[in-house]
Amino acid sequence: MSLWEYANPVRFIRLTDRLLPPVAVGALVCLVIGLIWGFFFTPDDYRQGSTVKIIYLHVPAALMAINAWLMMLVASLIWIVRRHHVSALAARAAAPVGATMTVIALATGAIWGQPMWGTWWAWDPRLTSFLILFLFYLGYMALWEAIENDDTAADLTSILCLVGSVFALLSRYAVNFWNQGLHQGASLSLDKEENVADVFYLPLLVCIAGFVLLFVALVFLRTQTEIRARRMRALIARERLA
Amino acid sequence: MMPDLGKYADTVLSAYAVSLVLIAALVALSIWRARRVRSDLEKVELRGKRS
Repeated sequence: MSLWEYANPVRFIRLTDRLLPPVAVGALVCLVIGLIWGFFFTPDDYRQGSTVKIIYLHVPAALMAINAWLMMLVASLIWIVRRHHVSALAARAAAPVGATMTVIALATGAIWGQPMWGTWWAWDPRLTSFLILFLFYLGYMALWEAIENDDTAADLTSILCLVGSVFALLSRYAVNFWNQGLHQGASLSLDKEENVADVFYLPLLVCIAGFVLLFVALVFLRTQTEIRARRMRALIARERLA
Repeated sequence: MMPDLGKYADTVLSAYAVSLVLIAALVALSIWRARRVRSDLEKVELRGKRS
């Protein structure tokens, strides 16, 4: 069976109906374990004190904010090349989830930055590119709502998604491109020497797994909703013509 | 049971509160809209079958 067969809306709904409960339970379990572990059972950092506990929300949310947009990019490219409605609707479904993750990353970053940097906000490369990414999320969702024809909306939002991908990547690598600003480099790296200490790293990995599973579960649910909403619009349009 | 967060207690607790409220709102809104659209679609399909 080819992967493209899941571009059929009925097959997609049938498959995600089966996958949604275990993914949602997995998300809940990982989030509960990761956050309780991180909040209650990890020590304070010798420099940042107890504020280090914000890492268990800030880093996974920032990671998902960027990767949600990259998932939307892949789905948009599939729409542009193969014209599968499910992929366009999956991109639409992911946008509010990604936007919420971006708000969480920006809010927790500001709250964390105030005692550590002495300011809520700075026009630092990473912070600024993240703010621009959030504005792209808002623009993307507004564009979907503004255009009545679903196919035209999918075409135009896909182009917007391609343009916004520059900022999604920039927000990830801004610290490397411009060696200035307040934000430090990556907290997670495959290079062991650059990683946070194991005592923070392991609960952080569990939280990241929880955020990834939460994103997948929400995208499944919201894509199903978008598929049904599209069918409903088509049926109502047919009723009006009859 | 509550860890001693010291002078940063407000900072840490407000970061957790903001994040958990936003996540809970996102999940609740997604479930609410899924249920509403599913029930609306059923009504439209039923109307189509009757006519």
